[in-house]
Order: sequence, then C-alpha cells, then structure tokens
Amino acid sequence: MGQLSGPTDPTADAHWEHSHPRKGFFTDTSICIGCKACEVACKEWNHNPQDGDLELLGSSYDNTGALGASTWRHVAFIEQGQERIIEARESGRALVNLGMPRIGPPTSEPSPMDLAEADTTPPDTADFRWLMSSDVCKHCTHAGCLDVCPTGALFRTEFGTVVVQDDVCNGCGTCVAGCPFGVIERRSNGTVKVAASREEQHAKHPEVPNVGVAQKCTLCYDRLVADETPACAKACPTTSIKFGDHDDMVETARERVSALHAQGLTEARLYGANENDGVGGTGSVFLLLDEPEVYGLPPDPRVPTADLPRMYRRAGMAVAGMAAAAALAFLGGRA
Amino acid sequence: MTLSEFDSFRPTKPGGRRRKDGKSARGRRGDYGDGSREMPMVPEPEFTSYYGRPVVKPAPWGDDVAIYLFLGGVAAGSALLGVGGQLTGRPTLRRNARLGALAAVSAGAVALVKDLGRPERFLNMLRTFKVTSPMSVGSWILSAFSAGAGVSAVAEIDRMSGHRLPLGPLRKVLQAVEGPAGVEAAVFAGPLAAYTAVLLGDTATPTWNAAHEELPFVFVSSACLASAGLAMVTTPVREAGPARNLALLGVVGDVVAMKVMEHRMDPIAAEPLRQGKAGTLLKWSERLAVAGGVGTLLGGRNRVVAAASGLALLAASALTRFGVFEAGLASAKDPRYTIEPQKNRLAARRAAGVTGDAITTGG
Repeated sequence: MGQLSGPTDPTADAHWEHSHPRKGFFTDTSICIGCKACEVACKEWNHNPQDGDLELLGSSYDNTGALGASTWRHVAFIEQGQERIIEARESGRALVNLGMPRIGPPTSEPSPMDLAEADTTPPDTADFRWLMSSDVCKHCTHAGCLDVCPTGALFRTEFGTVVVQDDVCNGCGTCVAGCPFGVIERRSNGTVKVAASREEQHAKHPEVPNVGVAQKCTLCYDRLVADETPACAKACPTTSIKFGDHDDMVETARERVSALHAQGLTEARLYGANENDGVGGTGSVFLLLDEPEVYGLPPDPRVPTADLPRMYRRAGMAVAGMAAAAALAFLGGRA
Repeated sequence: MTLSEFDSFRPTKPGGRRRKDGKSARGRRGDYGDGSREMPMVPEPEFTSYYGRPVVKPAPWGDDVAIYLFLGGVAAGSALLGVGGQLTGRPTLRRNARLGALAAVSAGAVALVKDLGRPERFLNMLRTFKVTSPMSVGSWILSAFSAGAGVSAVAEIDRMSGHRLPLGPLRKVLQAVEGPAGVEAAVFAGPLAAYTAVLLGDTATPTWNAAHEELPFVFVSSACLASAGLAMVTTPVREAGPARNLALLGVVGDVVAMKVMEHRMDPIAAEPLRQGKAGTLLKWSERLAVAGGVGTLLGGRNRVVAAASGLALLAASALTRFGVFEAGLASAKDPRYTIEPQKNRLAARRAAGVTGDAITTGG
C-alpha cells in the first residue's frame, strides 16, 4: 500500500523500479478555440464509440455533454457577460493576493512587444467572452478510481498515469463513484454508427468494444510506450493542449499564468498544479479563466481514500459494538 | 439574443428561477436539452455549475446493490445469533439463524454478481487483495463469511433431513467442523455488516462521503435489528429471547446513529437524506424500526406480535439501506451537493489561514 495523500511521486509510490519521468498535460484554456479536434482525435485513436444520440444539448456549442466512458476529451463552452467577467477577474486577483507559496524561480514578465505572447492572448472584450476548455482525466497523484479498484484492473503506469486493463475489469463500478472529478464511467452501451453509403465496409466493424467495463482516458498509453504524443495534444491546432514531462508542464503553466497576470488578466489561474491539494496534484494541469465549478470542475476535490484509515477505524469500532450487542443480547437479562 | 421570424413560435421563457423552498436554483437544471426551444446562453450571475450538469458521477449500481446491503446485514446478524444459539444451547434459534445466514448471504452474493458489468468475471474480485479498496476487502470478508455460514448451514440441513445428504464419510468431518465453522462465520459477521459502510463512505458521492464517520454504526445497528427481526419471525418466542434483546439494541443504535450522523455531517450533503424518495424511505424506516422495537418490548413474548414486529424490523432495515443508497445517488446527480460543500470547506480553510492546499492557485 502506497501513500494515501499528500505530495509524492506516483510512479515511485507504485514501486516501479525503473524511473520514467511523470508525463502529463497542460491544457491552456486561454488559447483554446473550441474546435474539438482533440475530441475527434481521441475518438479516432482509441476507437471510442458514439456517445449519446447526436442531440443538441442547449449548452452553447457543447453537444458532447461531459466526460464519460466513450468521451475522454470534452470541450466545454461557457458564454459570459460583463458582470461575470469582472467577478472572475476579482476572484483570480484574490487568489494571487492569498500569497500562495511559489515553487521555482520567479519568472520575468514578458515584454509587451513579444508578438508570440500577444497572439495567444484572448481578445480583451469587456462585455462578453466565450470560455472554451478541453477537459480530460486528471491522472491524479492519488487517484480515487485506482485506490478503490478491487480487481487491480486500474493501475499506475511507468509514466505516472492511470490506466484501465479492459480484460481484468469486471465492471463493479466502484471506480465511478471513487473519482472526485466524475471522469471514469462504466461503458453501458453505445453504438458504433456507420455511414450508410459504406455499409459493406463498415459491416465488418466490431461491436462496441469493452461493454460493461470502466473506461477513461489512458493518456494514450499505447502511444506513450512508442514515444509518441497523445492523440489530442498532437491534433490541437493552437497548442492549447500541451504534453510533456509533468514538471515541465507545471513550470510552463506557472510561466503562462504569470504572463497573463502581467497583462492584467487576473482571472487566469491554475488548476491542479498544487501538489498539496486534496489529490496530491494532478497529472493534467489546467489554466482556467474563471472558478473551476464554472467549467464543471470540483472546487476542492479530495481523494476519498485519504480518509480511509479513519473509516476503517470507525468501522472497527462499529464491529466491536455489534459484537458487544450480540454478547449482551445472550448474556443480559430479560430474555 | 437572436431575433428571427421563428421567435414568435417559441414558448415563453420559464418563469422565476426560484425553487419552492426559496433557495436559489443553481445552474439551469431541467430547462435545457429537450430541444424544444432555444435557451438564452448568457448565464446569470448566480450561475455556479456547468449547465446544471453533475460534477461527480453516481455509482452505476442498481437496486441489486441496495438489496445486497440489506441481505449482507441480515446474514451478518444471523451468524451472530447462530453462534450465540450454538454456545448457549438454543438449537432452534441456532438452526434458523444459520439457515437464515446462508440464504441471505447467497441471495446477496447473487445480487452483487448480477450488478457487475461483466458478471462472468466475478472471480476477478479475488484476483488480488487490496486494502485501499473496500470492495476488495469486502469480497474477501464475504468469501470467508460464506465459507463458515455455508458449512454450518449444510450441517443443519443434513440434520433436518435425517442425515440423508449424500455426504458419505464427509459427514463426520462436517459434524466435527460445524461448530468451528459457525464461530468462523461469526468472526467475519461484524466486518461483513460494517464494510459496506466503508465502501459507500470511500467514494466521491457527496452524501455517502460526508456520512463516513457514522455510517458504519448505522449499518451494524440495521444489521442487528434486521437479523433479530428474522429470528423473531422464524423462531418460537421461547428461544428468541436473545433476538428480542438484539432487536431492541439494534433499534436504539439505528435511531441514535442516524440522528447523530445527520447532525454531524455537512448540512448541505445531509439534505438528500431528508428529501425526495430517499427522505420518504428513511422516514418510514425510522417509523417501522420504532414500531418494531415497541412491539418487541411490549409484546415480544406473543408469537404473533413477535412475528409482526420482526417483519417491521426487516422492512425498516431494508428501507434504511435503500434510503441511504438513494440519497447518495441523488447527491451525485445534483452538482450543488458537490460544489457547495467543497466551496464552503475551502472558504473555511482560507478563513482559518490555510491557503496552501487549494487545487486552484494564482501561480
């Protein structure tokens, strides 16, 4: 049993003997254009079946809905007015003013003439903005899904990521409830829809793969072992999704948020970059432009297993109470 | 907002965004997605969730799991009554409790396997032992319990059938181990009744997680009163004295633990325990538990009253399990129960000067 909470190197904690650097994403939502290329690339590479019934969900351009068994990248769209922008700017400023301890050297402010930076800055429209963010499995340092998996189907890879072994999972569903971010899901059905004009060719397609087992982003484990970039990061046209060593990603994220702050965009903040948070930091780090719950992310997630020793102690007390009650029932009077 | 010739066909915008109980509606629950109309896309200032969609996912568990929570408790308490009957010379109580334990644990195990996404792989549960996984620990507890409960119940069946089971030379072995097997089942009875509370507590499902301190006490109490209820139904009053005592202790424990739990847990996360379907189930659970307890106390020596009280207690336990189960699922489906308690605890930590442990950082 490894460490249940707090900062740690998940790969070493999982007793990998050879050390690979931990891999992760940095999703910079300030330069996301909502093209959903990541969603498509992910579906294509991982052979994920159709999710939902192609309905319009009435949530801006987001008709994907949420992360799930067959949706491992999900682009969120949020439309906001002036009032909300001001609020976001204030809440971001409050975060900076909290005086969080920084890790690493202070970054120099970018020069205003730096055109590369200027290009990626969201247009400073005062009265309206459109937030887009590509969500993905967080590959937590302390992963709730992995901790509670009874079969060992979920495991920590040498890259520090969390992956399901389809052939081991028996579909008990405990991981679904164990994830504080609502990422992993049991694949219930879904259909691989085929184009009518190419029926013969597609008739050979397999049925929906892995029905009844838990499914989520693998951070393209099959590509990582071949030293390839995950499909979503490869497809991202704006480098909003960056992939690399986790430490580099966190450093890049910190530099980017400082740069945005220097430009007066105090609404920018990082999500998952703090190894002292409730899940020991996430492998997928995000730069957000508003409170996390606006994007459907939990504001203070905590891996449930962090409290497991306490829960076992309480259960032990309850067991003792039950045994005492039974003893009392037989030995006590009245009967 | 767009202005098109089709605007006149749209239904009027739904009225106030206030709920009946006066609390402000968060997000835009229920007013999107049916495709019948275009909705205004600019969120209101009170918007604090992503289109009212859940943050965490509810466990994909059906009623089978709630049934198992109930049956596991019945089996656990029955094994304790069985070993008590065995040690204090109450053969009828012993026999009925052992048979009850085997029947309940078998039906419970079937319900569990049925709920798996891949039932044919149920043995993978025993592929490893993982202390961080209450489901894994529970699978081993269930297996160990079933072994003892099975052996002792088979011994009873053999005795009832006049030694007609085709056991051959194994009969002597069975008779030699039935006592120790009953004790072994009783050793794993408490853990069997309590681990399910840890299983629910160790999730990100808001109501279950917030209840993790007291839920084991609720579940073992519920197991006590349910198994005692079963014994009061099956066993003549002459031998059912200990079952009546256990029923009373169970009722007191159940009612008290439930109250303490609701009082101590996060007030917002406790709401689903009082609302909707879960609220109704738990209200009736308490009423039936008290009714069964009063019946046991006043008329437990009357066979008919005892049996009726026993049935009330069994129903009370089943309703407790279904109520807690449903409350958790309801809490996972509403983003409010995930977001608000988390925001509150984050704000409380910040107010206390703890600023280094938030997932959101300024740099």
